Amino acid sequence: MPDIKRDKPCKLRSSTRRDERTILSAPLLWASVLLLAAIFGMTSLRPLFATWFPQLDRPIYLQDSFWSLTEAHLLIVSASSTVAGLIGVLAGIGVTRNAGREFRSLVETVVAVGQTFPPVAVLAIAAPLIGFGAKPALIALTLYGLLPVLQGTIAGIGSVPPAAREIAEGLGMRAGQILWRIELPLAAPVIVGGIRTSVMINLGTAAIASTVGAKTLGSPIIIGLSGFNTAYVIQGAVIVALLAVVIDLAFEQLTRYLARWRQAPVDPRIGLAVEH
Amino acid sequence: MIEFHQVCKQFDHRKAVDHLTLTIAEGEFTVLIGASGSGKSTTLKMINRLVEHDAGYIRFAGEEIRSFKAEDIRRRMGYAIQSIGLFPHWTVEQNIGAVPQLLKWPRKRIRARVAELLELLHLDPEHFRRRYPHQLSGGQQQRVGVARALAADPEVLLMDEPFGALDPVTRAALQIEIARIHQLSGRTIVLVTHDIDEALRLADRIVLLDHGQIIQQGPPASFLTDPANDLVRDFVGRSDIGIKLLSLEIVAHYLRRGEHLTGQPILDSFNLREALSAFVARRVDALPVVDVHGQALGVLHFADLLSRKPAA
Repeated sequence: MPDIKRDKPCKLRSSTRRDERTILSAPLLWASVLLLAAIFGMTSLRPLFATWFPQLDRPIYLQDSFWSLTEAHLLIVSASSTVAGLIGVLAGIGVTRNAGREFRSLVETVVAVGQTFPPVAVLAIAAPLIGFGAKPALIALTLYGLLPVLQGTIAGIGSVPPAAREIAEGLGMRAGQILWRIELPLAAPVIVGGIRTSVMINLGTAAIASTVGAKTLGSPIIIGLSGFNTAYVIQGAVIVALLAVVIDLAFEQLTRYLARWRQAPVDPRIGLAVEH
Repeated sequence: MIEFHQVCKQFDHRKAVDHLTLTIAEGEFTVLIGASGSGKSTTLKMINRLVEHDAGYIRFAGEEIRSFKAEDIRRRMGYAIQSIGLFPHWTVEQNIGAVPQLLKWPRKRIRARVAELLELLHLDPEHFRRRYPHQLSGGQQQRVGVARALAADPEVLLMDEPFGALDPVTRAALQIEIARIHQLSGRTIVLVTHDIDEALRLADRIVLLDHGQIIQQGPPASFLTDPANDLVRDFVGRSDIGIKLLSLEIVAHYLRRGEHLTGQPILDSFNLREALSAFVARRVDALPVVDVHGQALGVLHFADLLSRKPAA
């Protein structure tokens, strides 16, 4: 007879939840606090930078507030990543449909070739063609950010078990229902992984985009480098680095959330308890 | 219920199904059997239009299956496969409720139906409802797969080697389960297998296919007593045909009522193969028979197994 101990699995589950909270949420919280402190408190560190670099007249970058630079930086990254994400996911879905299957190898080749270019090179080509300012930066970031998303989408949908798809069809789901209810939810962690890579690349590349005239967190770095002001470089770099850490941790948590069903614990006894 | 007429299907110049004519009666348990590549799976998948036939016609409930929308016909038929194909990101309840949800049943009705099906397949609803497939054993997963196929009370149940990947003990348990479900519901079932013992155990009618053509069809016993050719003989196994014949009959039809004997009894629901095993193991030529309640019914004599003539 089914001899079921109901308390044990529940206990297991709640303890994993608690673990997640301590391991995951805390770093994100602390990294965010640190980031905000760096953005708003950088100017108060003037005495520190003045003693560290006594030869500099202006040890703190004051042309723009660090908050406005962060804002501009995030705007460029989010705009380019949103466009890249949309196009990448849609194209990835397109080439994994029956109708688009012929284009798949072509698209995969373009993706592979495209990723051999370093992002800086894309930027260097875009500037003379389009001009200076935020525009070439946006276009270069969008193009480069497209590739990991597309790759993630194709890989994610490719990882959906064929049996799940066959059964979905056999039970009478329409193509759209199979996509939304089965394929996308199962592929989501891998797709988000692609978006994560894309955003991380763009965060870094957006800093370099200040060389083509876009105002970003790269501005203090570039100005510092050309004016031999190491303090500026450090200030810009610290904030970009912290920003990258915060966003990466946020993606980490999103990925966990999307694959949360996988974390349901396996109780080794259930097989014995109920089979007869 | 389902009618194939001169149906053909080709895959890249290879004939998978070749002028197949077959009628599956309502309420019948039909087993399609054959070696791999014999066209048995293709035949099954043509019924719910996962594979479209090239020529001939297939009728379901009197109408050509192409006159239905593919999704509609699939929702009227249950479908279970060897690799089970539970949706890994859905709970047991969501998996079983997949078709009722597509049919837009109210949530309460789906919940009740899921509980009913879990009970039917001996899985405690409270314990299993919220579990994910990876938390279940292989046998439990296949039970859920069968429950999902039955969820919307389909007119036909299509099963493609549903127990092929299970260990022998679990497989036998699920075979008993599916036979019981067939008896309870009187549903039309079409099952594909390459296991002749499974076919003999479950089928009302066996259809043996080779190279997309029917070699022999009929009730299980006819395959043993009257095989059409050497291929059929090879399939049912030449050396143990007698044993298999015994497995098709149950003790209840052969016991001599009114006689009494002491000793450890056997159940009247045993098949003669199990009875033979008891004769040999206990070195006796007569066994007392009881029903499930322990009530003495009579005596089974070894000689009656050989005559194979049911007692009056």
